[in-house]
Amino acid sequence: MPTKEMASMTVQKTERPPSGPTEVQAPDGGPRPRGPRATPGRLAGLTPYLLLAPAIVATVLLLGWPLVSNGMLSFQNLNMRQFILHLTEWNGFDNYTEILTGEDFWRVTGRSVAFTAANVVLIMILGTLVGLLLARLGRKMRTLLLVGLVLAWAMPVVASTTVYQWLFAQRFGVVNWVLAKIGFESMADHDWLSTQYSTFFVVLLLIVWQSIPFVAINLYAATTTIPKELYEAASLDGAGAWQQFTSVTLPYLRPFLYATTFLEIIWVFKAFVQVFTLNEGGPDRLTEILPVYAYIEGMGNQHFGMGAAIAMLTIVILLAITSYYLRIVLKQEEDEL
Amino acid sequence: MKRSPLGRIWPNLTAVALFLFFVFPVYWMFATAFKPTGDIISENPVWFPTDATFEHFKTAMDADHFWTMVGNSITVTVCAVVLSLIIGVTAAFALARMRFKGRRGFIIGFMLAQMAPWEVMVIAIYIIVRDADMLNSLLPLTLFYMVMILPFTLLTLRGFVAAVPRELEESAMVDGCTRMQAFRRVILPLLAPGLMSTSLFGFITAWNEFPLALVMNKEADAKTLPIWLSSFQTAFGDDWGATMAAASLFAIPILILFVFLQRRAVSGLTDGAVKG
Repeated sequence: MPTKEMASMTVQKTERPPSGPTEVQAPDGGPRPRGPRATPGRLAGLTPYLLLAPAIVATVLLLGWPLVSNGMLSFQNLNMRQFILHLTEWNGFDNYTEILTGEDFWRVTGRSVAFTAANVVLIMILGTLVGLLLARLGRKMRTLLLVGLVLAWAMPVVASTTVYQWLFAQRFGVVNWVLAKIGFESMADHDWLSTQYSTFFVVLLLIVWQSIPFVAINLYAATTTIPKELYEAASLDGAGAWQQFTSVTLPYLRPFLYATTFLEIIWVFKAFVQVFTLNEGGPDRLTEILPVYAYIEGMGNQHFGMGAAIAMLTIVILLAITSYYLRIVLKQEEDEL
Repeated sequence: MKRSPLGRIWPNLTAVALFLFFVFPVYWMFATAFKPTGDIISENPVWFPTDATFEHFKTAMDADHFWTMVGNSITVTVCAVVLSLIIGVTAAFALARMRFKGRRGFIIGFMLAQMAPWEVMVIAIYIIVRDADMLNSLLPLTLFYMVMILPFTLLTLRGFVAAVPRELEESAMVDGCTRMQAFRRVILPLLAPGLMSTSLFGFITAWNEFPLALVMNKEADAKTLPIWLSSFQTAFGDDWGATMAAASLFAIPILILFVFLQRRAVSGLTDGAVKG
């Protein structure tokens, strides 16, 4: 493996200085007895903060500020007129009242939840099955399947969406052709993007297709760390294949599955790019999920204040899921921190 | 435990079916890009591009501003990755090697930042950038991408720095290196695999980024490639050959990087450092 070789080469290079100290001393010619801990104490206490400063400043300015500013925009009456004239008109909780008492927001939220649930359930079940299959396959077949998974994983989202548009194209699309051939002749000229459910079906297939590899490959990697002795002990106790799975494999993978499920929930919930590039939330705004809804209201219809309020509500939902996820991860890594 | 012949065959059959399921869209993209138009718009699909042609790639590359957009994408991506590596490695060193107040808080903060919902922040970012009069400029895009990939870079590099044994650094300092020199000569070379994999991940993220570029860089000569690709079909009608050629051109660098990354990313880097 090239990795190992590279690592060992760098190690050799870095281990040379101790054996040949003259080389190290030469550049600054400093006297040796000065020693490593010559820095004055007070300055040393500040060093970590100075080293962290650029990262913190950048994050606060470019991530923290937009978040705060989004919050501020959500309390403003900011439409095209105010936007062009650079006017700031505060309107208190008006945007939120309008959104939360209207039907649209709740419909889109319900849709987003159902959409996320359908995707994540499929991704986790199928991803786990593919991962377990990888563990069971022989070397050659495993490599073959891994190649397929890595290619699907690597495909840029916008490129995949374009390809799916072509696969499901009304005319000359290969999916319609196959469906017509296997007996669904009414599908020959089917326009997939003309109804809500069939558009969602294409998006769902796209997201499941591009998300399974992450789950499957990582799950396979996790199964390789399960100690063989556990299985031996289980089979000595008379456990069959299914019992071995439920009593050894599953408990061992539980933390991994738990964390991955939350990651997928977060990713799918904000799947703006797939939904937007496939059909821009259409037909008739029927496939808008929350991030797309915020974008169309805010940028598309130029109701920036309303859009910001929808975005704020979406961010709150995401933050709740994310903090739950982080608690799981932090519990696992407690000793590392 | 012996398995029945059926028990040995079905996993392999499933694997082949799954392989086809995952590969087919990628294959179809390339196949369509190379097929002559007559084979693309045919009543029965032509499964293999037997009369391969570069005509569609030519159409895609001759599109208005194509090379400008390639330049934009490369500039933005490379600058964002380099900046975040420099900032990230400094911060990672502090987080991995030094004890100080608030360290845990900073780490959790960066973990949260890593999950930031950029897709949902486009309105606020658009207004900030508009008020700064910087729409259609590459600078804000670069800076936002830098912050987008910074948390991942920093947290991953923290792991790599922590994996370098303290003794290596200390023995260099005993031999007269300052802490800075010890970092440059001992830790930095050992970080090479970490720098490599984080920069590739950063590259992929920035290269693919869509929502921010969509709202901020609308003018033709300020666009990046994802925006170009998503509007390609609108601009070129149902020319699927050219659309797939455009998609291929956009995807190829990432596919290559990813294969590369798969081999490098999983590395037991300091395995030999102490033993050797």
